[in-house]
Amino acid sequence: MIANYGYKDGSGDYFIAVDTDKCDGCGRCVEACPGTVFEVVDEDPNDPFREDPVVIVARDKGRKLKYECGPCKPPTNRPALPCVEACPQDAISHSWDR
Amino acid sequence: MGEEEKKQEYWRWTESNWKNPDIKWEDAKIVTVGIDVGSVSSQAVVMTDGQVYAYSNMRTGSDSPESARNALNLGLEGTSMPESRIDYCIGTGYGRVNVPMADRSITEIACHARGAHFIYGPEVRTVLDIGGQDCKAIRCDEKGKVTNFLMNDKCAAGTGRGMEVFADLLSVPIVDVGERSFEVKEEPEPVSSICVVYAKTEATGLLRKGWAVNEVLAAYCSAMGHRIFTLIERIGIEKGFAITGGLAKNRGVIERLTKEIGVEPMHTEWDTQIAGAAGAALFGYALVQKGKGRRK
Amino acid sequence: MIIAGIDCGAKNTKSVILRDGKIIGKGMTLTGFDQASAVKESLDASLKDAGIDARDVDKISGTGAGMEEIKDAAMKVNEIRAMAKAANYFFPSARTVTDVGAEMGRAVKIDERGKVIDFAINEKCAAGAGAFIEAMARAIEVELEEMGPMALRSDKSIPMNAQCAIFAESEVVGLIHAKTVKEDISKAIHDAMASRIVSMIRRIGVNEDIVMIGGVALNPGFVGCLKRELGIDRVYIPADPAFGAAVGAAVVLKEEA
Repeated sequence: MIANYGYKDGSGDYFIAVDTDKCDGCGRCVEACPGTVFEVVDEDPNDPFREDPVVIVARDKGRKLKYECGPCKPPTNRPALPCVEACPQDAISHSWDR
Repeated sequence: MGEEEKKQEYWRWTESNWKNPDIKWEDAKIVTVGIDVGSVSSQAVVMTDGQVYAYSNMRTGSDSPESARNALNLGLEGTSMPESRIDYCIGTGYGRVNVPMADRSITEIACHARGAHFIYGPEVRTVLDIGGQDCKAIRCDEKGKVTNFLMNDKCAAGTGRGMEVFADLLSVPIVDVGERSFEVKEEPEPVSSICVVYAKTEATGLLRKGWAVNEVLAAYCSAMGHRIFTLIERIGIEKGFAITGGLAKNRGVIERLTKEIGVEPMHTEWDTQIAGAAGAALFGYALVQKGKGRRK
Repeated sequence: MIIAGIDCGAKNTKSVILRDGKIIGKGMTLTGFDQASAVKESLDASLKDAGIDARDVDKISGTGAGMEEIKDAAMKVNEIRAMAKAANYFFPSARTVTDVGAEMGRAVKIDERGKVIDFAINEKCAAGAGAFIEAMARAIEVELEEMGPMALRSDKSIPMNAQCAIFAESEVVGLIHAKTVKEDISKAIHDAMASRIVSMIRRIGVNEDIVMIGGVALNPGFVGCLKRELGIDRVYIPADPAFGAAVGAAVVLKEEA
């Protein structure tokens, strides 16, 4: 399942996509993220029959991703994103670059 | 009460309940209930062996537990079924963790996909739910399992609330918005602001320029349709397109949206607002069958 | 040389008259739905304030959301450039400028000459603009001008869950029903708004001195929350910050002339 956390508002699209088929809930993104955007849960709230841990973005964080992720996204000289880099399964992607 | 009570509430819609006359609950093996406490409306669906026996649909009050209680009471009204007969109850929706009688909560994403799969049939692949304070786009497989989803509950644009604000601004009852938006000589340009706050200002300007109320409604409905289109584009639209949620009842938005998408939405005789609660009740049924649910 | 700088903003249109680089007159009017007449009205007011005639103006420079409606403008200056120049004009030590107006918020990193190095913008969403505070003021039935001073009287930190102004309206009404005092609600509103502006400033880096222009700079409650969020003691604000971009536009034209 591709879980798109985030939102779209008048200023643009702000989504973090987690591929839950790839995610094994290792939690390295949790440690890497300076904005504590991610959390590992034992039960996927969006998939009642899944029995393995998975990473999610909590709702209150999801509503302000543009701001939470801001410090990792300077307008110029953009480094690789810590969460994306940290994921050994290549399960995390961001929708916006601006 | 004061002035506030007397003021016409243009956003108000009718609450309802329904009971399946062909089902005798006394014959059921497993009774499950799904309660969807949304930000604006709450529904309870009572299922007997995975079939809808009764449901209710009402406005959410200021208190989630009380809204859940009221929805269940209305659902069971006139059925003579005692609450103790319920084997398993699942809460979903915005207030899902505040459903006191629930044995478990499941997100509205999972429940809506499952519910749409039930009320529209197994051909459903894309579910769009336009709720009071959020908009969900979900892709699912032939079993109703979610494969891709997004939920926008940050921004009011593209939600029922955005429409309520407009209904109120233009003093048009919300149930009439869809029809009236087609009572225009020519389809106007959509409202350009996405943000509801700015769209309100823009609409006020249009009225001042001499636009008729229906034209402004049309311009907003088409802006909203486009907005939802760009949101759903993100997950991709596959045939077997089902629209649920309160806004599914607004022709003004839905017809403009589906025209842009180019995929006809599926039809159902069911009240589309019960999708989430129906999905929750079905999960309850599956969990009880698997021996994971409580059985008294 | 006499230059008029006009900033046709979403809410107000501001005009300034610069004679040889010195401000000699200002005029402001509500933009309303007729931008062209707002431009004329604000220009007339600034001319009157300066005590000069329209014929005395050598050139007009325009900026702002409605700059296309400034028909007589010899130059149209991009808002980012205007605000950068304005900050440098008022405070040569400025390295970071934030401009928060009715319908937008911006942050710009500048060099010692007022040249733009980097910028971040937030527009088309009321959550990160003055419109947010305005909508909240209406929801809790407080005059907009009262909001800032009220916030300053509170030392509570109530988190707000809603980001969208429309949803935040119901949230603050809920707080009122829960008997939360309006001072604390006002503080929560300003905190929420300031944190959004600060995260935008953090994207370009927090480099002192920090200058704030735009109408929201007149709100002491907002400025207080901004300083606290940034962890700095001073934010430099010119007199009449709402005229910042208009001054910047005029200065850009003067330097190019």
